[in-house]
Amino acid sequence: MPNEHFVAPPNWEWYILLYFFFAGLAGGAFVIGTMLRLWGSAADWVTSRIAFLISLPLLLICPILLTLDLGKPLDFWHMLFNAGTGAPVFKTWSPMSLGAWALLVFGFFAFVMFLVALGEGGYVRSRALSRVGRLPTNVFGLVFMVIGAILGIFIAAYTGVLLAVSNQPVWSDTWTLGGLFLASGLSGAAATIMLLSRRQREATVTEPKLMEADRYFIILELILIAIFLITLGGLVTKVLGGAWILLWLVVLVGTLVPLLVEWRPRWSRQVSPVLASVLVLVGVLALRAVIIFSAQA
Amino acid sequence: MAQPVGFFTDTTLCIGCKACEVACKEWNQLPNNPLEFRDSYDNTGQLDHANWRHVRFVEQPTKTPDKPIAWSMMSDVCKHCANASCLEVCPTDAIVRTEFDTVFIQQDVCNGCRDCISACPYGVIGFNTDTGTAQKCTFCYDRLQNNLKPACATACPTQSIKFGPLDEMRRVAADRVSTLHQQGMSEARIYGDKEYGGLHAMFLLTDKPEAYALPSTESAVLPSRNNIPGYVTAAITAILAGVAGLIAFRRRGETTASPSPSGGGAPSSPSPSGGGAPSSPSPSRGGAPSSPSPPAGEGRGGG
Repeated sequence: MPNEHFVAPPNWEWYILLYFFFAGLAGGAFVIGTMLRLWGSAADWVTSRIAFLISLPLLLICPILLTLDLGKPLDFWHMLFNAGTGAPVFKTWSPMSLGAWALLVFGFFAFVMFLVALGEGGYVRSRALSRVGRLPTNVFGLVFMVIGAILGIFIAAYTGVLLAVSNQPVWSDTWTLGGLFLASGLSGAAATIMLLSRRQREATVTEPKLMEADRYFIILELILIAIFLITLGGLVTKVLGGAWILLWLVVLVGTLVPLLVEWRPRWSRQVSPVLASVLVLVGVLALRAVIIFSAQA
Repeated sequence: MAQPVGFFTDTTLCIGCKACEVACKEWNQLPNNPLEFRDSYDNTGQLDHANWRHVRFVEQPTKTPDKPIAWSMMSDVCKHCANASCLEVCPTDAIVRTEFDTVFIQQDVCNGCRDCISACPYGVIGFNTDTGTAQKCTFCYDRLQNNLKPACATACPTQSIKFGPLDEMRRVAADRVSTLHQQGMSEARIYGDKEYGGLHAMFLLTDKPEAYALPSTESAVLPSRNNIPGYVTAAITAILAGVAGLIAFRRRGETTASPSPSGGGAPSSPSPSGGGAPSSPSPSRGGAPSSPSPPAGEGRGGG
């Protein structure tokens, strides 16, 4: 049974919504890029490279959005260091504190893999970059990518845990948000990679695999949405009631339609894969919007 | 170390004069509330950045036909919890515990992330858009440092708001409840002796806590309770997603990834040394691209 609290809304709005969206995509893209390297074939490296190439730019948007959302943007560094002593502030029990550090550390991994992808793909002619481009070919490189992927998982998931670690009705009455945001972030990242890889002929070989992976991510997401609604008990009307149902319809369209398209490719004749990917992304955004806004209404 | 201090607010003595609100605003130089009509004598509305005391007018039905509604007045304030949710989540360490065991937001450290607002189960903290910071009752920290009572307790004309050492306040509260019980007011109860490890602002209530917008003892839980379940769910999801990735991305009789980008791993590797860089294998629906094989022995494992 949900706890009864009388919490004021923190007024986390558009900046936070977009931050959660891009964090899910950035972390998800890195994870997919790493999985393709670990388990894919040589032909999948092109798509993996695209994943690493988009992870960093998507991630760079995140601290900008977070900083803009602060009441005192110039004091953003207080998230990392004590304003008085200058000592690091690292609170393992505060997802916001952990998240600030994770963004920084993951940023390093995303940056290195961005350079690797640049060097490997020959986008920039530089001897140093081509050396960096060989990083994924040895054990150290693989370990590096796996650590980065774990951080990517954290970046995509912790935003949900951050909402749950509060006393806000809805957010704090469920344990599903971390997993839900991770599943939807992975799905959104797969859709983004599919959209971008359509421009590269070499990457199209991986498209069926990405579609299959996205299908599984969407199924995970749908299961977690169901559990999320069940765990809310009587509070479910707060997220489903009124105009919020329209956003849930967008979420459903953004999951079920791509799922059917990816499961039954003949549907692609009616719904193009591009549209399916766009629907996934709109659904990912709508899911976060309905969870963030309905709880504060 | 200074002595822990506390408020004991006896709602049976409150007459709703709002002297506490005025004294608080005056001492702390809080801005006026915008003029607006509400369907109540309660024209303050809620605790927030500009209202650190709020006299609630709780309307309760009575058994008297000619007076069907009675008011219970309660001067609400930050509870300065022993286990404070706001202090727990604050990522900048802006929220600290003072030498008086009260909870204080350092305005020069707070960067306005508002995590504390979503954590406070009493809806005490407000966001000041002018300063860009979270604000709430300071327990008149500056007055305490000068051995003065907080402004609200000083101004209260009925002594509904009592102030003193925390232990003494607990004794006063217990005595008052037992007196009221003896007088037949069996519904009188103390709020704040058990919740959140003990509150530094206790209340004597004549109804269940929820009637005064206070969480019940069972609902008085900290945000950190959701850390482990949240991360465990994320970890399980990550494992399932990893398995999904393994199933979807696994090699199905295809060429394996090469250990060297110049040796064939990267399909469009800039290296001219050949060795099997797959040159744009043809897309084949169903997952098994027919990319060329790299040189023997360069794979990382079978598919």
